[in-house]
Amino acid sequence: MNSTILKTASNYLLPILLLFSIFLLLRGHYHPGGGFVGGLIASIAFVLHSFTHGTDATLRLLRIHPGSLIPVGLGLAALSMFAPMLGGQPVMTGLWLEEPLPVIGMVGSALFFDLGVYLVVVGVVLTILFTISQYSE
Amino acid sequence: MLAAVLSGLIVSILYIPFGKYLKDRLSICVSFLPIALFAYFASFIPTIRDGGHITFHYPWVPSLGINLDFHLDGLSLLFSLLITGIGSLVFLYAAPYLKGHRYLDRFYAYLSLFMAAMLGLVLADNVLLLFIFWELTSISSFFLIGFNNDNADSRKSSLIALGITGGGGFLLMAGLILMGHLSGSYSIQEMLGANEYLKGHALYGWILALVFAGAFTKSAQFPFHFWLPGAMKAPTPVSAYLHSATMVKAGIYLLARLNPVLGGTDYWMYPLVIIGGVTMLYSAFHSLFRTDLKAILAYSTIAALGILVFLIGIGTPESLLAASVFILVHALYKASLFLTTGVIDHETGTRDVTRLSGLRKVLWPLSIAGILAALSSAGVPLTFGFIGKDLIYEATLHTVGVLPIVLTALALLTNVLVLYAGFLAGIKPFTGPLPQNLTQVHLPNALMWGAPLVLALLGLLFGCLPFLADDALLNPAAHAMLQAPIGTSLKIWHGFNTVLLLSGITLVSGVLLYVIRKPSQRSLASIERFNAWSPRHLFGKVAQYSKAFSRRYTHTLHNGFLRVYLLRIIVFAVLLLAFRLFTGGPIRLTLDQLSPVSVYEIIVAAILIAAIFLAVTTSSRLTAVVATSVIGYCICLQFVFYSAPDLAMTQFSIDTLTVVLFVLVLFRLPPFLNLANRLTRIRDWTVASAFGAVISLIAIQVLNQPFDGAVSRFYGDNAYTLAKGKNVVNVILVDFRGFDTLFEIVVLSIAAIGVFSLLKLRLNASEKE
Amino acid sequence: MEIVLVLLIGILYASGIFMLLRRSMVKLLIGLTLLGNGANLLIFLLGGITKGKPPVIDTAAKLFTDVYADPVPQALILTAIVISFGLQAFAIVLLKRVYVLVNSDDLDDLNTPEEEDI
Repeated sequence: MNSTILKTASNYLLPILLLFSIFLLLRGHYHPGGGFVGGLIASIAFVLHSFTHGTDATLRLLRIHPGSLIPVGLGLAALSMFAPMLGGQPVMTGLWLEEPLPVIGMVGSALFFDLGVYLVVVGVVLTILFTISQYSE
Repeated sequence: MLAAVLSGLIVSILYIPFGKYLKDRLSICVSFLPIALFAYFASFIPTIRDGGHITFHYPWVPSLGINLDFHLDGLSLLFSLLITGIGSLVFLYAAPYLKGHRYLDRFYAYLSLFMAAMLGLVLADNVLLLFIFWELTSISSFFLIGFNNDNADSRKSSLIALGITGGGGFLLMAGLILMGHLSGSYSIQEMLGANEYLKGHALYGWILALVFAGAFTKSAQFPFHFWLPGAMKAPTPVSAYLHSATMVKAGIYLLARLNPVLGGTDYWMYPLVIIGGVTMLYSAFHSLFRTDLKAILAYSTIAALGILVFLIGIGTPESLLAASVFILVHALYKASLFLTTGVIDHETGTRDVTRLSGLRKVLWPLSIAGILAALSSAGVPLTFGFIGKDLIYEATLHTVGVLPIVLTALALLTNVLVLYAGFLAGIKPFTGPLPQNLTQVHLPNALMWGAPLVLALLGLLFGCLPFLADDALLNPAAHAMLQAPIGTSLKIWHGFNTVLLLSGITLVSGVLLYVIRKPSQRSLASIERFNAWSPRHLFGKVAQYSKAFSRRYTHTLHNGFLRVYLLRIIVFAVLLLAFRLFTGGPIRLTLDQLSPVSVYEIIVAAILIAAIFLAVTTSSRLTAVVATSVIGYCICLQFVFYSAPDLAMTQFSIDTLTVVLFVLVLFRLPPFLNLANRLTRIRDWTVASAFGAVISLIAIQVLNQPFDGAVSRFYGDNAYTLAKGKNVVNVILVDFRGFDTLFEIVVLSIAAIGVFSLLKLRLNASEKE
Repeated sequence: MEIVLVLLIGILYASGIFMLLRRSMVKLLIGLTLLGNGANLLIFLLGGITKGKPPVIDTAAKLFTDVYADPVPQALILTAIVISFGLQAFAIVLLKRVYVLVNSDDLDDLNTPEEEDI
């Protein structure tokens, strides 16, 4: 796919879609959205980029292998569940900051859990698709 | 105490990493374990002699009533000392016996495991714990019996042993749970208080049947006895250990232990006396026809077990004392005879009794052991066996009614035959002229002849000075079986009475039999004609038929064609669901609750149907992929219509990614094939349509049910108050059901790892294209 | 409208099952997708369908003030959709791998002669 228009467009679409995915992630607790959708949109952004620039270019852009996002995300999600235990509270107690932070909004353990989901989804989708596309080449 | 029981388990585990260093000369080191345990248990003798008992309590799974409770009383102590004492000798003996064997490390690991399981079995106070150790003995003995795993017979024998004892174990478990449930406690000591209630309960018969099934299979009672002669395929030290003091005595232990809980009724007594009587006579008679030393010993072991069951069944104080004495007597002489046989086999290479004689000239210390053990088994005065036999006659004579005559006659006949078997195994190989081919035989390592000699001398020692064993061990053991003082003690000399007369008759007729009857291959052949009716043969037939049946069954149902499996499952599901729908009453649809239909919904539905039709019928892969994605987008639209924005977004992204996925591999995918003929397609369509119709009908049925939204209401009401979120779907995912989501992303990760490893890792080097 | 959805579910199930019964691997894959979609739709329908009332609480309120769509089936389906992607990807790669190994698309070619008496 060597269309110049698509190539240029994807250069701009990548940051926009990524921003959109983070937007979806952050508002997920109050409006439609969340870690799953956000992660999927982010993956689509990278996949689009890889279509126009080639998988290797996208991997270079990512700097790290998407597979390494999986353990990070799993760890973050698990940590956000078990962190309340440190304070002597039962597992999965929701912990929230009193006041909302600027831009991000309310911050609590559920947000970190959602972030973990986001990272795992991105990692899984990109690992699968990039592995297949590299194999096919 | 816990450490003592578990030490064997720990040692057997340690053999996995360190076993290879202990293979050669160091293999003897592990014998320190049973010796140390023997010393540990011996230190309890004073407490037990003074009538005390010791309990240990470690909570394990208290909510299920399973606790690591151990109880040490006379009975447990007797068995513990036998297990560790004879265990020590067997450990020492096996080092030279199996010297240089490839799997010597494994052998000791299995043996340690087995010893630990036996110790746990006799010390456990909790019946569930007892069952766990019971099964552990079955499993570890499976490995020991099948130790020569390159021998097909050996493998088969160990399977039979496992099948019989394991099957009995299942029944026993049911019995024990029943007992625990009815008495309200799984502790044997606490069950003692509930014994009257148990005996009067309607399920008492079931409990007895189940417990007997466990005990009889383990202790090789008729008709389950045949696994024991088969188990002779094991190395001889194993046979000595399993069949003199441990494995087969587990059933005896169980009966003795439960005697105060369940015993004392006719339902307890008659089955035990009858089965024990049949077993002892049947197998003692069988031993007449064997020529293999180990087979002779195997049958005389079964006979001894029969005697023990018989004695426990009689249940008088005298018979229980007789049983506890006979346990020790038999353990000492039978282990000694087995170990003697092991040496003979090891040095001469044969166990055929017709070809062995005169070995006293070359193996003189061993001949002392063999002859002493044989005399003890015969019950010659001044051996321990004499005291044991006296007590048996004493017990049978003091029953009531016509029983004394019948039971005494039974015991007399069995004892004569056991004497014959003992002489054959212990005396025949050592007496007479030495054949030419055996002159080169020489004495093995001192450990090998020392072990049987020690046991035989112990038999003589207890025979001359019975009080040594009596106060410390046997009376407390019988006390534990009866839960009351016994009141009599062991004596060498009872004066001139009926018992002495019976002993004399036994000795004289046994010796006469030995002198007259010579074992021969011909008599072995004569008994083998009856094999077709033997329980072993019947068991084999059953196993054979079930194997043939399962093969045919597998062949029909599990033929390797995925679509055949699917077809069967679906047809079955359709029939089952259709039956339920049919019997569930008429299917009605209340139209007034339905939501109205709008034009664009109809259009989307029409597109969806068209796409499905295209996906199913097309012969182009590209069309199929496009049609599938159209289906996905249409479903996405349904989510949009019916207030599910999260779902719509997710479905949309996933559908996009799925298209990418297909596109990436599409051109590498194989072309469509149309492999089915017309008839198959019609059949498949029929089944598939039926399934679709059933699902639709079920959906209609469910829609007619009043819907209780309690769960949804809970989430709706608490989403903000508890979890500070307003998008309820997301709150459920990340907060209320966070664990589910966590595991979901774990599953996703596994899928990614699976894809990665399938493609990146070359499974097969030759596969590189 | 429920009737239409019930019909759609029936068709999805029937065609999914039919495709699963084919010998071609790719058809098997498509059957899997169809069946998954049918199941999602079934769960969705059985939860009760509501128009224009997503299960999102108003910005101003703390509780629902109006009727709203059932969030539980939605949460279930959301996870199911994502999982089905993982499943499809794995299945595709597995089939592809098998295709490379045996060089055939016919599932029946995967059968090895049964080993007698193990």
